[in-house]
Amino acid sequence: MAEKKKWFQLDLGLSKAQGSGSCGCGKDSGDCGSHSDHPDKEYRLTAEEFDAAVEKELMGETAVSQTQKDGFQQVFDVKMDRRTAFRKLTASLLVGAGAVHTSCSLTAGNETKEKAQIDWEEQFKGNYKLMTKEEKQATVDRLVRSYQLRKKKNIKMSSADASKDVLFGYAFNISKCQGYMNCVSACVEENNQDRNSQMQYIRIHEMKDGEGFKFNEADDNYYHEVPAEGHFYMGTQCFHCDNPPCVNVCPVEATWREEDGLVVIDYDWCIGCRYCMAACPYDGRRFNWSKPEVPEDEVNKNQHYLGNRMRKKGVMEKCTFCVQRSRAGKDPACVEACPTGARIFGNLLDPDSTIRWVLENKQVFRLKEDLGTEPKFWYFMD
Amino acid sequence: METIKAFMSMVKDSLGYITHGSRTYHIWMIFLTVIMLIGMYCYSIQLDEGLSVTGMTDRVSWGLYISNFTFLVGVAAAAVMLVMPTYVLHDIDFKQAVLIGEGLAVAALIMCLAFVVADMGGPSVLWHMIPGIGVFNFPNSMLAWDVIVLNGYLFINISIPLYILFRHYQGKEAKASVYIPGSILSVLWAVGIHLVTAFLYEGLQARPFWNNALLGPRFLASAFAAGPALIILVLAAIRKFSEFRIEDKTIKKIAMIVTVAAQINLIMLISELFKEFYAPTHHSESAYYLFFGLEGKTALLPWIWTAIPLNILATVLLTFHKLRNNLNVLYFCCFILFVAIWIEKGFGLIVPGFIPGPYGKIAEYTPTWIEIWVTLGIWALGAFIFTMLAKTSIGIELGKLRYRKKEVLDSESV
Ligand code: SF4
Ligand code: SF4
Repeated sequence: MAEKKKWFQLDLGLSKAQGSGSCGCGKDSGDCGSHSDHPDKEYRLTAEEFDAAVEKELMGETAVSQTQKDGFQQVFDVKMDRRTAFRKLTASLLVGAGAVHTSCSLTAGNETKEKAQIDWEEQFKGNYKLMTKEEKQATVDRLVRSYQLRKKKNIKMSSADASKDVLFGYAFNISKCQGYMNCVSACVEENNQDRNSQMQYIRIHEMKDGEGFKFNEADDNYYHEVPAEGHFYMGTQCFHCDNPPCVNVCPVEATWREEDGLVVIDYDWCIGCRYCMAACPYDGRRFNWSKPEVPEDEVNKNQHYLGNRMRKKGVMEKCTFCVQRSRAGKDPACVEACPTGARIFGNLLDPDSTIRWVLENKQVFRLKEDLGTEPKFWYFMD
Repeated sequence: METIKAFMSMVKDSLGYITHGSRTYHIWMIFLTVIMLIGMYCYSIQLDEGLSVTGMTDRVSWGLYISNFTFLVGVAAAAVMLVMPTYVLHDIDFKQAVLIGEGLAVAALIMCLAFVVADMGGPSVLWHMIPGIGVFNFPNSMLAWDVIVLNGYLFINISIPLYILFRHYQGKEAKASVYIPGSILSVLWAVGIHLVTAFLYEGLQARPFWNNALLGPRFLASAFAAGPALIILVLAAIRKFSEFRIEDKTIKKIAMIVTVAAQINLIMLISELFKEFYAPTHHSESAYYLFFGLEGKTALLPWIWTAIPLNILATVLLTFHKLRNNLNVLYFCCFILFVAIWIEKGFGLIVPGFIPGPYGKIAEYTPTWIEIWVTLGIWALGAFIFTMLAKTSIGIELGKLRYRKKEVLDSESV
């Protein structure tokens, strides 16, 4: 923003020089496949190639060279500066004691030791937002390896950063939505949400025709045939506010706004205070009240550290605009699943994207604009 | 060297002193221990299963723990009402009451921290919040501010009485030049912890029930009513169960503070009610829910309609000098006032903030037994800590505990 404003305002770059991020295919930035400059090369590997690479890397370095040493050496051989050392020595005695115990035991196999080593390092790692590229890669590798050791299955996990000249935005066509809720189930499957508590990021509100937007009288938990006579539907989820109140309040910076406008959470850094939940005016956040469970064969193995990787109990989560998909040039799962085409997603900085077309040609509005949160989620009607 | 030796001896003597006492004392401590143990057992279940064992949900995501936390911050802050006149204005009357008040502040703060920890989803990563080791979102997050001010206040309230007691233990007078600056700081700090805690809620534009400029001042007023009310009750108990002499005059002076604070609190309550109900807007729904229920959901009605009459009754009774000067009436008033404010500033403040939800959904909250027992356990912990602190300071103040006085334990034969 060039000139100083008294209030916060979403900067869509409308006044900026345009074109650097556009690809001229006339579609959403993500859809055309010509974005070869995407930073994460991982997605272009085939699954087998990837698994082989992971296997090689992990077996070569981590496992073999480290399991030769005994447990204490393993733990204290890791290069530490004073800060890390202090961290390791003070906090979380319980977990630490458990890890030392297993890694010291003579009878424990190499795998057990490796697991303990990974748990130990994961417990005391830093905040993802502040990690260097190498540290990010290291934690991702540990998580992949940990899953392999525990479940004997391979997952892919990306740590792709935001690309330049991308700002994600979303539009919802109220006249098209029929309340089928395909988006809801696609979201649950894509993002590995807890099946026991039936956690859902998206809520579809069923409202009566002719009465306007009366959210308080709407039904957001219906079980009947849709579209119901005389009703219309409106979906809500995290709106990825450009001035997100949830981010300001977090005491440990476990949640933040990325360069491409996504508001994300580091599940391993979150302490579960739920202050962000109280601060969100849009009911965008969900908490893991107990350990989230997903049946093994339903786990989506294409993951992102900030997105749909497996969560633990006592941490916050929410919609990430499917960061594992959107940063790989795909549409979020809800957009793809919607049979009516009510959901539109794309790059707000790309003047040729569909979302920009909608914003420029339709009468769009956002919810609770008076709060100054600047959601990047617009509603419109045909 | 001598100082360290004296200090070690004080620690040893007090440990000896708090493990000896009358039968009532032992029964009281055993009773508290049992409750703490039950609380710990329930907390272990919560650790194991997650917060799903509580009544909280995505719709009402803070409950009994945060309610008690909010209330206790007020109790802790109220110790200042006694500190100020004694140390700074040399009001001799209050001197004995102050040590008790600060002990109460320490116990209340420890309970506050315990409630926050109990409410966390991931207590094992709480170190993320320690400045320097973790990442501290300062100055953006009000919760970060709160952590700093609460711990700072705890530190001040431990060190001042410790200094005074230590001097008295050695048979010396405490130096005013040392503790007066500390006391002034703690006076300012107490207002600070209270305002910051109010800002924690006040700063959320998402919750109109809290996003209200009167919240901070009302916090202060209700705290300065509930805190000293508790101190009066505690002083009454101490008078009864120990030889520590507390003048009627002291209690009556504190009663004056309680009365004024309760009156101001009532005025603010009326102003709030007027705003919510004279010209109700969309944002008054939480207040409607609290006082009258919404769409047949009425879980909070019994609570708030207990609190309001008790509050009014206590304030009216306290306002009449005749009644207030009758100690039995005074104790009764203090008790009902304390209960009323506990409901109002705890449950009555936190829960309606979430109801109706951001899109008008009304989902109610009822605490589970696990939650209730953890809460009781933490209150027992607070009482336990306070009893120990009070017993030691009374021992030192009465001269039973003195450096190089070996017959201490024998004299305590009751
Ligand atoms: S919708 Fe809520 S959770 Fe999402 S960015 Fe905005 S305030 Fe945060
Ligand atoms: S619940 Fe987690 S993300 Fe939310 S404010 Fe607390 S620590 Fe931050």
